[in-house]
Amino acid sequence: MNINFTLIAQAIAFAVLIWFTVKFVWPPLLKAIETRQKEIADGLAAAQEGKSALEVAAKKSETTLNEAKQKASEIIGQAEKRAAQIIDEAKGNAKAEGDRIIAGAKAEIDQEVNRAKEGLRAQVSTLAVAGAEKILRKEIDAKAHSEMLAKLAAEL
Amino acid sequence: MTTEHAQNVELTPSEYIAHHLSFNAQGVNGNTASEGFWVLHYDTLFTSVVLGLLVMGLIWWVARGATAGVPTKRQAFVELVFGFVDDQVKNIFHGDRHSFIAPTALTVFIWVLAMNSMDFLPVDWIAGIVSFFGGEHAKWRIVPTSDINTTFALALAVWFLMIYFSIKAKGLGGWIHELFCAPFGSNPLVWPANFLFNLIEYVSKPLSHSLRLFGNMYAGEIIFLLLGMWAATGLTGTVFGAILGAGWSIFHILIVALQAFIFMMLTVVYLAMAHESH
Repeated sequence: MNINFTLIAQAIAFAVLIWFTVKFVWPPLLKAIETRQKEIADGLAAAQEGKSALEVAAKKSETTLNEAKQKASEIIGQAEKRAAQIIDEAKGNAKAEGDRIIAGAKAEIDQEVNRAKEGLRAQVSTLAVAGAEKILRKEIDAKAHSEMLAKLAAEL
Repeated sequence: MTTEHAQNVELTPSEYIAHHLSFNAQGVNGNTASEGFWVLHYDTLFTSVVLGLLVMGLIWWVARGATAGVPTKRQAFVELVFGFVDDQVKNIFHGDRHSFIAPTALTVFIWVLAMNSMDFLPVDWIAGIVSFFGGEHAKWRIVPTSDINTTFALALAVWFLMIYFSIKAKGLGGWIHELFCAPFGSNPLVWPANFLFNLIEYVSKPLSHSLRLFGNMYAGEIIFLLLGMWAATGLTGTVFGAILGAGWSIFHILIVALQAFIFMMLTVVYLAMAHESH
């Protein structure tokens, strides 16, 4: 247990070792560790950011989907309405056309009937005159009685 | 080995212990005596410097190639030690620890741990190797921290750093003011008491710092020597000496690591206290 010059030598060795560590050992280790810590922190922050962005995107896509669905149902509704309208219109048109055709046909029929009546009238009068002619022959003046017969025919 | 060595040289137990507890001391400055102040313990100095260069060199080698990316296992181990020391310092010292105190703590911890670990080497193997190279009477104490010069050197270096940081943090006036006005107050009546108190503190700090480490390591060494001596007495002694030696070695792992840790913590605490003003 004797104190001697070794003490001074050891203190110098200690000082040199401290200097060496302060200068060459500590800084690179510290730098490496701090850089890695920063990288990890950045990575975690980026992951968090990505997560929240994903959430926002999911929400947005949901909203868009809902909107699209709504729009689609709206369009379908409109189309259905329009289809019903078209059908109604077509029905109306068809009815009108039918009515028109029926009316035309009726008018034609009436015309034909009238024409037939006219024909018949003319023929009846002729037949009557011819009959009368045959019955009366000479006594009856065709000219004198034709007026009366025409009046008769008109009354038919 | 123990038995052979002890029998060949035919040492008495006290001679055996004295041999193992003697330093390889040689005078410097033209002094031929192995007593007095101008003497160097070459064993202590050589072992500690080689160990210091080895362990700090290893860490430096890893630190030089340190990457911020995925670390290798080697780098991860060094970073583990780094983080351990850094955490301890962070809890005690709240300032810019990276510029000096934390690296110093790392140096102290690693170096003292390496020097303490020399205690695990079988004492008689070291003696055998040394006597092979240096002759029968060559002496070599392999544990530098069981030399009071080493522990005092470290403690005194820390002590001077403590005073330096104290003056740096508070100014010379502030430091002297604190010597007389803390801890009892600035009343001139209590100045002597304050100064006495601080004086005792300044004396006791390096003493307790260095003697704690020295005492633990010295005691550990002596127990190994006693067990080695017992092993030289015969077969029973060899068996029990070996068993107890193994047990003491395992327990000593705790002491070696704990004392290195305590020495580092005290270094940090003293340096941190120097920065605080009262």
